[in-house]
Amino acid sequence: MNGIHDLGGREGFGPVVRSPDDAGYRPFPEPWHGRVAMLASLAIAAGCWNVDRFRHAIERLAPTTYLTAGYYGRWLAALELLVHEVGAQKGRITPLPARRPRSGAPRFAVGDRVRTRNHQPRGHTRLPAYVRARHGTVALVHPDAWVLPDTNASGEGESVQPLYAIRFDASELYGTSAEAATTVHVDLFEDYLEPA
Amino acid sequence: MSHDPSDPALRTEALEALLTERGVVEAPAIDRLIAYYEEQVGPMNGARVVARAWSDPAYRARLLTDGRSAIAELGFEGPQSEHLVVVENAPGVHNVVVCTLCSCYPWPVLGLPPSWYKDPAYRSRIVREPRAVLAEMGLALDEATEIRVWDSSAEVRYLVLPERPAGSEGLAEDALAGLVSRDAMIGVARIPPP
Repeated sequence: MNGIHDLGGREGFGPVVRSPDDAGYRPFPEPWHGRVAMLASLAIAAGCWNVDRFRHAIERLAPTTYLTAGYYGRWLAALELLVHEVGAQKGRITPLPARRPRSGAPRFAVGDRVRTRNHQPRGHTRLPAYVRARHGTVALVHPDAWVLPDTNASGEGESVQPLYAIRFDASELYGTSAEAATTVHVDLFEDYLEPA
Repeated sequence: MSHDPSDPALRTEALEALLTERGVVEAPAIDRLIAYYEEQVGPMNGARVVARAWSDPAYRARLLTDGRSAIAELGFEGPQSEHLVVVENAPGVHNVVVCTLCSCYPWPVLGLPPSWYKDPAYRSRIVREPRAVLAEMGLALDEATEIRVWDSSAEVRYLVLPERPAGSEGLAEDALAGLVSRDAMIGVARIPPP
């Protein structure tokens, strides 16, 4: 989904602002922040829905809400959306880890040149737009295999597969306006990639 | 507390009441977890990992090979760490971590992220102009220093192993841990000499 959440490379948000709460470690500046955080964690642990579906609910909020509700405000709105859509039923699904044993060899090895697919599903994906249809190099082959968020978020299956850290030169992403001596590494699932 | 029904604190109460009634959550478990994330995890855990890596070359090697197992040696585990990659700063190489799509962060070693890490400005810009953002945040890197940005877009989590500062040679592990900041382990700061 080409949503407001997909922020990499966008411009106009101004300087990074450190809040006074960031000076120390104060994870929940308001009491309701902590309660929302734990409601979200416990609902996933109880099998109401999986983390990918929860992330996609955040992504589906109206862009104005996404940008103005604050971090835990987004979580709260997403939880309300999910309760409205699927109910608050524990054990609706079985909570499972994302990391799974690997069957078969990964298609790509460290150093391989790859190109990301022009993959623009209407639903959830973890292929950020700023690295879509770009050339990169395999920097890491992560161990084991991993549930694909795209299909897991929609209940269309786990599509367990290898996962890679792909290195992109800044110039591949931003052309002549790229900063010098900069690379960006993004964790990408095998289905997002094709040989370059 | 306000009486405006759109107040997020009231909405949270209503949601918690519903999830409690349905048996999804129980208030004592929520209270325990909040206390856990406020008190038991946080950047002090990551600081112990970094101090151990600076003090013990064999531990450092294990940390760089398999971060998840190495932090578990110190008792750190839990959600948001199914695989932990530790990226090491060195002269001429600086690493910095982000999650452009949401807020992925290595909870067992850093706790929950600071607000700027979750805000659009950092998430949008650190992959576009990291040198400028780091300079704005107080970390000026020379043009020759390579910047490696890590976007945590899957369930892998990243921790930066900062450079040990000059002048810290004689310090014991506990004192070293006291030097290590959260921002250095995200990669938006260096650790100054003691």
